[in-house]
Amino acid sequence: MDVLDVGLRLLAVLAAFLVLPLLVGQTEHKVMAHMQGRVGPMYAGGFHGWAQLVADGVKFAQKEDVVPAGADRRVFQLAPAVALVPYLLVLVAIPFAPGGGVGQVIDAGIFFVLAVLGVGVLGSLMGGWASANKFSLLGGLRTGAQLLAYELPMLLAAASVAMAAGTVSLTGILGAFEWWWVPWQIIGAVVFFTAGLAELQRPPFDAPVADSEIIFGAYTEYTGLRFALFLLAEYAGIVVICALTTVLFLGGWHGPYAEDLGWVWTLLKTAVLAFVVVWLRVTHPRLREDQIQRVAWTALVPLALLQIALTGVVKVVLQS
Amino acid sequence: MNQAAAYPGFLSPTGVEIVFVLVGIATLAAAVITVTTRKLVHAALWLVVALGGVAVEYLLLTAEFIAWVQVLIYVGSVVVLLLFGLMLTRAPIGESPDADSGNRWVALAVAIAAAGTLVTLVVDAFRSTWIDLDGAVQGSTRVTGESLFRHWVLPFEALSVLLLAALVGAIVLSRRNGRGPAGAEGSSRTGGTAVRSGGDPESRTGEPSAREHSAADEGEAR
Repeated sequence: MDVLDVGLRLLAVLAAFLVLPLLVGQTEHKVMAHMQGRVGPMYAGGFHGWAQLVADGVKFAQKEDVVPAGADRRVFQLAPAVALVPYLLVLVAIPFAPGGGVGQVIDAGIFFVLAVLGVGVLGSLMGGWASANKFSLLGGLRTGAQLLAYELPMLLAAASVAMAAGTVSLTGILGAFEWWWVPWQIIGAVVFFTAGLAELQRPPFDAPVADSEIIFGAYTEYTGLRFALFLLAEYAGIVVICALTTVLFLGGWHGPYAEDLGWVWTLLKTAVLAFVVVWLRVTHPRLREDQIQRVAWTALVPLALLQIALTGVVKVVLQS
Repeated sequence: MNQAAAYPGFLSPTGVEIVFVLVGIATLAAAVITVTTRKLVHAALWLVVALGGVAVEYLLLTAEFIAWVQVLIYVGSVVVLLLFGLMLTRAPIGESPDADSGNRWVALAVAIAAAGTLVTLVVDAFRSTWIDLDGAVQGSTRVTGESLFRHWVLPFEALSVLLLAALVGAIVLSRRNGRGPAGAEGSSRTGGTAVRSGGDPESRTGEPSAREHSAADEGEAR
């Protein structure tokens, strides 16, 4: 493996990391607007306000970076980076095309992505605690509770796919994929996607940031570029969760002419899922904190266990 | 046995060995700060660094699967639970005057004894074992799984039973002060209400259910 190859791959991943979240953000502006009978941003950049997020970025960069007097400075300033960097790392391991179309093949791919995704939540916890603000602390607490509840169904759903494929490598899973896995693993797919939404704190699971009751939770005290980094982490998270659901449950690059157009299929499936994420935000009210916990422990965990049992039974029947 | 011929010396360390030692020093430093700092949340965050350092050491020893599981369980779940518990009960910004325990000398003795035992054991067991970095990966998921479920099935099952017992124990404990069969659900609901209405960081209501979650997390993840 030569240095140039590695460098090019990492550059490509970085470019995807910088572009895709902005695309999702702009899509969210526009899709939400049209679902609500508005037109959304129309001026920045000329054509249908395509440069709105670039303008937002410039605005964020110009704002003053405030650290509250009572805050724990270093932890407060470090938190946005801890929230954002894991998503960049995860993108490295997601295969998007057949025949080596992946930043870096990782043997225990599923474990790698889930482990690193879990680290990202530390950023919200750190920000929530270090802000020295009660609303932030509440947001951090809700984040922690939510992560603890939804990590388990997510792991179980991913384990089901690993059982089906007989490997925990993401490229290996795609290599073993057959079309009938989609109906076979559909319960796991729903569980994984829902749990992913909850980990991202997207509506309807956005009680940790609920702006109308605890004023954006852990991010209350953040301004300027650091706040923008938290927002970017949210959109990068949408990309990562949608791409992971695509790879694990929807066959990733599999589709007609997969040899040449594999990456198009990956992007297309990811984009459809990202649209669903936005759609859910527009159409669903926020769940209350106890409802969020109840959904996880009484619905998602049993469903994930059911999916694992189903996977095991089908696997044994197929082998005999 | 041809150990002597294939026995690399200590005087010409490879790049990996140098990195291994450096990461080890950083990990040790983070661990020492974890137990000496008087800021509770900082201690938890330094624990993240220490546990992450151990994961990097696993990676350098080519035990990739173990490394990611270490991050998933310890950094992703245990530390998050720890931070959650701290934030729920008592985590002031700045120093905690009561952070020092009266048991610290006993704790130090126990820690040194445990470290001594482990170091002796590991050094004795792997004295002349070297990992061939150019050959096939020795710690891949397949290799780990095969040795775990072929040679170590009994300890694995014993550990599973132990974790299951801990899980059941956690549920029993959290239900004792609940109201009948709705206990577990009720405790999580009171936790939610306390957070929503009071915002009182001293409140301890949610803790039993949180412990139960963690036990469930660990039990299932393994």
